[in-house]
Amino acid sequence: MIFSIAWRNVWRNKLRSLVIMLAVIFGLVGGIFSVALMNGMMEQMITSSIQTQLSNIQVHNPDYLTNNEVKYDIGDVSSVISSIKQNKEVSAISSHIKAQAMASTAATGTGVMIIGIDPGKEKKVTTIHEHLIEGSYFGDSLSRSKPILVGKDLAHKLSAGIGNKVVITIQNLENVITYGAFRIVGIFETHNSNFDKTNLFVLKKDLAELINFNPESATEIMIRLDENKQTEEVAQKLSKELQGLKVQTWMQIRPEFELFNSMTQQMLYLFLLLILFGLAFGIVNAMLMAVMERVKEIGMLMAVGMNKRRIFSMIMLETIFLSITGGIIGILGGFGLVEYFGESGIDLSVVAEGLQAVGYASTAYPSVDNSYYFIVSAMVILTAVIASIYPARKALKLKPAEAVREEA
Amino acid sequence: MAIIEVKNLHKVYDETSVPVHAVNGIDLKIEEGEFTAIVGPSGSGKTTFLNMLGGLDQPTKGEVIINGTKIHELKSKNLIDFRLQNIGFVFQAYNLIPVLTAKENVAFIMELQKVPKKDRNKRAMELLKSTGIGDKGNYRPGDLSGGQQQRVSVARALASKPKFILADEPTANLDSKSTADLLDMMAEMNKESKITFIFSTHDQRVMDRARRIVTIEDGKISSDKNGINN
Repeated sequence: MIFSIAWRNVWRNKLRSLVIMLAVIFGLVGGIFSVALMNGMMEQMITSSIQTQLSNIQVHNPDYLTNNEVKYDIGDVSSVISSIKQNKEVSAISSHIKAQAMASTAATGTGVMIIGIDPGKEKKVTTIHEHLIEGSYFGDSLSRSKPILVGKDLAHKLSAGIGNKVVITIQNLENVITYGAFRIVGIFETHNSNFDKTNLFVLKKDLAELINFNPESATEIMIRLDENKQTEEVAQKLSKELQGLKVQTWMQIRPEFELFNSMTQQMLYLFLLLILFGLAFGIVNAMLMAVMERVKEIGMLMAVGMNKRRIFSMIMLETIFLSITGGIIGILGGFGLVEYFGESGIDLSVVAEGLQAVGYASTAYPSVDNSYYFIVSAMVILTAVIASIYPARKALKLKPAEAVREEA
Repeated sequence: MAIIEVKNLHKVYDETSVPVHAVNGIDLKIEEGEFTAIVGPSGSGKTTFLNMLGGLDQPTKGEVIINGTKIHELKSKNLIDFRLQNIGFVFQAYNLIPVLTAKENVAFIMELQKVPKKDRNKRAMELLKSTGIGDKGNYRPGDLSGGQQQRVSVARALASKPKFILADEPTANLDSKSTADLLDMMAEMNKESKITFIFSTHDQRVMDRARRIVTIEDGKISSDKNGINN
């Protein structure tokens, strides 16, 4: 019957209970949604970076990582790739020649990273082809000129468009400065404007020819896996298999992503904890009022023989019912909102420029792991239990002889 | 054998500053089946005395022995359980749980005693019938008159099968008819079932029905005499 009394007591002062429930509902909906938005944007940024520039795992000659010179190549790329393919988790592999260069047009010039790729293989590893906003991917080029893909921001900086010529100035293997003319066949725009501002793609064979590089070799091998969570495990295996080469996960290449990611995970809970902490004060206040209004009744319960444990349980149950009623609705509301916008996305194009400068997409898809909802539920119950302690202790301090005669 | 025995009972408030001797050496015996009124002017100490009799307050000095148990020596936890098993309370303002029905209010005490649900519901209805409100079992206190609420309160006090019932000004909030009906009912229970009733009261109508009247003045018993009904 204590459950029944506690539940009915919740509805004794409907307005007060509803106000607290609404606070819990809005607090949780807002908290869960904000957290999901933050998490979704972070996940998108990492996923997008993996898809456009990092892949899951990269393999280099260790000296290349130190000096960034093309002479430090991987060597026999085909045997390395064969070895990598032995791992069933690997879904696609591509090899790059990657070098620093100067890109110039009639208008201006700028330092860039030029990446020589095999378009057919690259399509399976990166999604640059999906980010074309103008022109076409290499395969559609009918021009006799060497094709080049540039980022939107770089094209803007070079005052160049589709069909315009770009001259690449680069140091060849013999350390001699050499030039090559390329024609823009496509302009891409990823979620990261810094990437778009500094990277351009050419055919691997064209770049190899320009710098006297062995077209069968590469400075970098990009590996995509079936699932991102396999990254660490596969990288460890490859490190053992590929002696003399440096195997790096995307987390090692961009440690700040891993840092942001783990910070976001911690923030998810900290943010919600702060919301629940605030709500706890409201709950304590409501329950204190409930106890103070019922001094005579609690006094009677003590007088007739209800022990302290039961009285404590009754107040605690009442607080838990009050909180979880709002909590359930709030969590369901938050879940619904996250699911809806997780599908449709939230258009943040008004601040796209700022977002893309730090690698975020202009359409955000809120996302949060389902386990989070269970943890939030547990946190709501824990908050209710903690919030009930003070009012319950206040009730226990009542003296039945005085309480039963208390004027309402 | 006396169901209640009080020996040299004292209660002093504010012992450290200005001591107030609310109860100042009371000796009293109450036998099983008595219908006793404790009377006295406001501030005479009768409420303090009744609180100590019901185990709601601790004496400064003296003994309260109920059915052979020195309740002033019981630890808080044991005292709560003792009250549950031995004493029925009827309060001036009824003090029913407003969110429970009349039947649930009565059954609740039996739940605290761990009586099986089926038995307690059956007994709760029997008690409500015996207090004349058998048809009001599913009403909440807010839907009952003052007299009806006090009857539920009496049924609740009887639910635990106590050794005696302590009624603190039970008629103070009732009109004449409700008072007369309630007193009739309690007098009949006392007569038929030998239930011991102890009232604290100012109400002449209660005094008129009591079979023993103990008057307290200045924390002491000033008179202890048979009522006109004895």
